[in-house]
Amino acid sequence: MTNKKNWPLWEVFIRSKNGLSHKHAGSLHAADAEMAIENARDVYTRRSEGVSIWVVESRYITASSPNQAESLFDPADDKVYRHPTFYNLPDEVKHI
Amino acid sequence: MPHSAFFEYLLRLGDNALILGHRLSEWCGHGPILEQDIAMTNIALDQVGQARSLLQYAGQVEGKGRTEDQLAYLRDVGDYRNVLLVEQPNGDFAHTITRQFLFDAFNYFQFEALKQSSDEHLRAIAAKSFKEIAYHLRYSSEWMIRLGDGTEESHQRMQAALEDLWMFSGELTEVTEVDELMLETGVAPDLRSIKKLYDEKVAAIVQEATLVLPADTWMQSGGKTGQMHSEHLGFILAELQFVQRAYPGMEW
Amino acid sequence: MDPKQKALAEQFQARIDADEKIEPKDWMPDAYRKTLIRQISQHAHSEVVGMLPEGNWVTRAPSLRRKVALLAKIQDEAGHGLYLYGAAETLGIDREELLEELHTGKAKYSSIFNYPSLSWADMGAIGWLVDGAAIMNQVMLTRTSYGPYARAMVRICKEESFHQRQGYEILLTLCRGTEAQKQMAQDSLNRWWWPSLMMFGPSDEASTHTQQSMDWRIKRKTNDELRQQFVDATVPQADFLGLTVPDPDLKWNEARGHYDFGEIDWAEFWNVVKGNGPCNRQRMQARIKAHEEGAWVREAAMAYAEKRQKRQEERKAAVA
Repeated sequence: MTNKKNWPLWEVFIRSKNGLSHKHAGSLHAADAEMAIENARDVYTRRSEGVSIWVVESRYITASSPNQAESLFDPADDKVYRHPTFYNLPDEVKHI
Repeated sequence: MPHSAFFEYLLRLGDNALILGHRLSEWCGHGPILEQDIAMTNIALDQVGQARSLLQYAGQVEGKGRTEDQLAYLRDVGDYRNVLLVEQPNGDFAHTITRQFLFDAFNYFQFEALKQSSDEHLRAIAAKSFKEIAYHLRYSSEWMIRLGDGTEESHQRMQAALEDLWMFSGELTEVTEVDELMLETGVAPDLRSIKKLYDEKVAAIVQEATLVLPADTWMQSGGKTGQMHSEHLGFILAELQFVQRAYPGMEW
Repeated sequence: MDPKQKALAEQFQARIDADEKIEPKDWMPDAYRKTLIRQISQHAHSEVVGMLPEGNWVTRAPSLRRKVALLAKIQDEAGHGLYLYGAAETLGIDREELLEELHTGKAKYSSIFNYPSLSWADMGAIGWLVDGAAIMNQVMLTRTSYGPYARAMVRICKEESFHQRQGYEILLTLCRGTEAQKQMAQDSLNRWWWPSLMMFGPSDEASTHTQQSMDWRIKRKTNDELRQQFVDATVPQADFLGLTVPDPDLKWNEARGHYDFGEIDWAEFWNVVKGNGPCNRQRMQARIKAHEEGAWVREAAMAYAEKRQKRQEERKAAVA
């Protein structure tokens, strides 16, 4: 029985209200995309948690590797000039 | 409009929702996969919810002070007004889906029309219920197609279910005296025009599901008039009403 | 252990100690992964098997309001099972394998669900006591060290908040009702009290997993701590109902600031864990039956999805 193909895993993203981004809600199994959307509706929006749903089959997600986390993310730590507080302006200057 | 006919009509709507919701709720915890267990329970919840609004309103219209619960829990088989289709047993998932689809396709057009009912309160109930029913129809149609056109086994099971249940589909659009009265007063649509829409929808989905509609089947009716239910309803009520009957007159 | 593994293990423990969350792709000791899979799947199985004793009463709920509330609650449990299977799947095992372990008896689930639900009052007692006990554990687990498990728990705790109230309200209505109803409620408390205390697992001295799970911050309180917390919260609620907790040794201990309570029948506990409870066999048969009878449905849906995709590709090819 285990040699039979099981329903693939899908990741579910929900937009809780217009104006906000879709956010990862969890995963579920479905045979196809339509079913994944419907299952997501039944599983993840039972309490009106969403106005829009994205589903994507989990195997299509490429994730960054935690082993490379240092080389990917640490170099941004010292780029303070990307943040507004890096720049000193006199207090008299308003609305900037 | 005679009040008793309107009361009868509301009982039909309410009892259909209650009995089908009850049947679906029997699946809870036993579905073919967790995701579908949740999906079917959602439909059951919609239907019991609709039954509550409709029976509550029926009680009001009757004017004898009966509540939704008194109507649900204290009527015997002969006083129930649901169609025979909804009281049929769950059987396998193919039977459950086929029963659901045959009912949803009718209920969809019925409630779409009830949104224009001359009765304001019924109109409000219909507006809310229709959104739910539209989803039910989408769900059951997709599963009809999926299972009809799935594997050889699923195809056979679906064809068998269709053959078992088709004989109960005629009653849905059968025109009775109550229906004529409701039509005259603008409460409910003409079931003859609903039948046309129904037949088209069913034929289209059945075809896409690669199934074949049974030809020239005897159509059994008797549920919505209460003249002759199937044997199943008594067992449903035995369960549904057990606590209320064993401990009469108490609050739960 | 080779030095590289040792360094990784030390780093890992340092992250745990700093209360950092561990995410799916992070390095983790094999034993941590295994412990999580065991615990999360056990938790998921409990949600799903737990649907059965309550599902038992869905068709017999005594009012339509109670019927929808109970249905919605059981549906939540299916949802919670699903979130938890999802969290387990991030550890590299799929749901089918987990179900296989359940069905073959390799995986455990909470023994409480091996007790029968015999009266409508049991729906009250399960909501109040069983969900009440579960929530003590689950609130703690919202801070567990594994990210996906903690997130599933946050969602579950949010949804669970109505479950216990639902149960307590059922009992409250019975206790304010007739003598027969009150008797029904008392009988139910008598049957569910001790199994609820057993839900927290063996006592700390007898628990094999507790210390390591605490070190990894998978668990953040011991079984006995949670059990005490549950008794302290629940006894006043029983008093309010006017029901008697079936424990002659139960009394408030002023010095400790806690209730003292009697010894759990550990022989019964282990016996039910081993499979000899009143309903172990029936529960498992019901799960296996649902899974096996659902096989053709799952296969057909997959076959249809593949067929349809193939047709779409052929259509595209024809156009091109």
